[in-house]
Amino acid sequence: MYKNHTPLKPIYNKLTVIRQLTIMDNNQQRIVITGVGLAAPGADNLKDFRAQVLAGNSAIKEIELRYFGSAPAGICTFDETRYRKKRENKRGTRAGCLGVYCAHEALADAALSIDHYERSRIGVYVGLTEHGTVETENEIFNISNYNYDVKYWSHHHNPRTVLNNPAGEITMSLGITGPHYAIGAACAAGNASLIQGVQMLRLDEVDMALVGGISESPGSFGIFASFKAQGALAEAADPRQACRPFDMDRNGIVVSEGACIYVLERLDKALARGARIYGEIAGYCINSDARDFVLPYDKRQAECMQQALKRAGMEPGDIDIINTHATGTKQGDIEECKAIRQVFGEAPSTYINNTKSIIGHAMGAAGVLELAGNLPAFEDHLVHPTINVTNLDPECALPHMVLNTPVQLPSISTILNNSFGMVGINSVIIVNKYEE
Amino acid sequence: MTRDEIKDLILEIIKDIDEDADFDTLQSDLPLRDQLDLDSMDFLDIVMELRKRHKLQIPEADYPQLASLTSCVNYLEPLLKNI
Repeated sequence: MYKNHTPLKPIYNKLTVIRQLTIMDNNQQRIVITGVGLAAPGADNLKDFRAQVLAGNSAIKEIELRYFGSAPAGICTFDETRYRKKRENKRGTRAGCLGVYCAHEALADAALSIDHYERSRIGVYVGLTEHGTVETENEIFNISNYNYDVKYWSHHHNPRTVLNNPAGEITMSLGITGPHYAIGAACAAGNASLIQGVQMLRLDEVDMALVGGISESPGSFGIFASFKAQGALAEAADPRQACRPFDMDRNGIVVSEGACIYVLERLDKALARGARIYGEIAGYCINSDARDFVLPYDKRQAECMQQALKRAGMEPGDIDIINTHATGTKQGDIEECKAIRQVFGEAPSTYINNTKSIIGHAMGAAGVLELAGNLPAFEDHLVHPTINVTNLDPECALPHMVLNTPVQLPSISTILNNSFGMVGINSVIIVNKYEE
Repeated sequence: MTRDEIKDLILEIIKDIDEDADFDTLQSDLPLRDQLDLDSMDFLDIVMELRKRHKLQIPEADYPQLASLTSCVNYLEPLLKNI
């Protein structure tokens, strides 16, 4: 009788192999964050950044801008010559300098040697709101000292202003020979680059991706002047209180520097090398308002969140934290809150915060930098607060807004990050705490 | 400018480009690019600085004259004689 069972064994083994292959295949499609390098106004690494956002310590200060005068802004302080020489920083751009620092830091944080993966199979995808504005303004100012004689225009201008400059500077510094390019998606660019990295890994175009975003925007008087002309530039007697999303007295955006680069790997490879896993990309979406150059649109934002949830196989109630995009403009904050209300209603377990209130708007870096500040919540189960809310705008009021002090939860396993941008682009990323 | 002043000018410009540049073993008659960590963009920086500091417009055809420290001085001496 037992002998009759013997032939079944190979079949069982075959099924087991098929199941294991399915899991393996699935793990090749599951993409995880295994390293984070960042520079934010007030912090140059994730540990300090987390402490800063939990404490709600704003590092916004007044800066002086050419032609414009003073304005509140976020400026990063980090060891600019830790990973390359001063002459390379002088030749390159501020965005490149920020990117090189963060890329090296991300690899170090991931405990990854650059030679772990074949260098031609590493992709570098960098999100930028704009690039070249700072360099062009500087060159025009330079030739103004020579009666606008273009013979004094720098030969460095073109390599500094090509859109792939920051990503390219990262590849040069690390000797990466795989693809590198910029993702231009206004202030959704950081999230868009993360999505690009996920897709390239799933398509087997690369084995590891360095993704993120960079902002050097405080170097441009024109960006401040344009926001001012639009009536969207923040002002405050105390610059630390200038960025105040959801507050009745909010009066605009605080322009910040910032950069954040993630190491993305396939789950199977990350597990094989015993990597620490910050989180898994569970869902995402990018869509377009197709409506207005600057005004946001709650309906499309809601659709973007709904689509990301659908792709993640989640219901609104599954989300523990919504890290909002809100920049502190009158209409923008209201539109996002309307969109959240449409999707989440009165979802009792979803907490809402905002990182810009602490670091300002780091433009192309905003999505990834703000998400990074929330990733440690999977471990410490804290929701960092939105600061500077003394008088909550009733039109922004939502259940479980975390205002001014952090909230401790029993556990946190999902974060939804919103990042929206001009000319009607919306992006949503959902990250899960990694579980087998 | 004397020949020594022109030499100092070139070395000062190179130092501005690369503060780690080491001139201790620099041989005046050998090409600068063979001895220092300079590339074509750095070379254009030298040309631009000469333009900015002394209004010198060096034609592209003459760039080879700036290969070594000695050839730089030889080329620039008549151009900078009244400075």
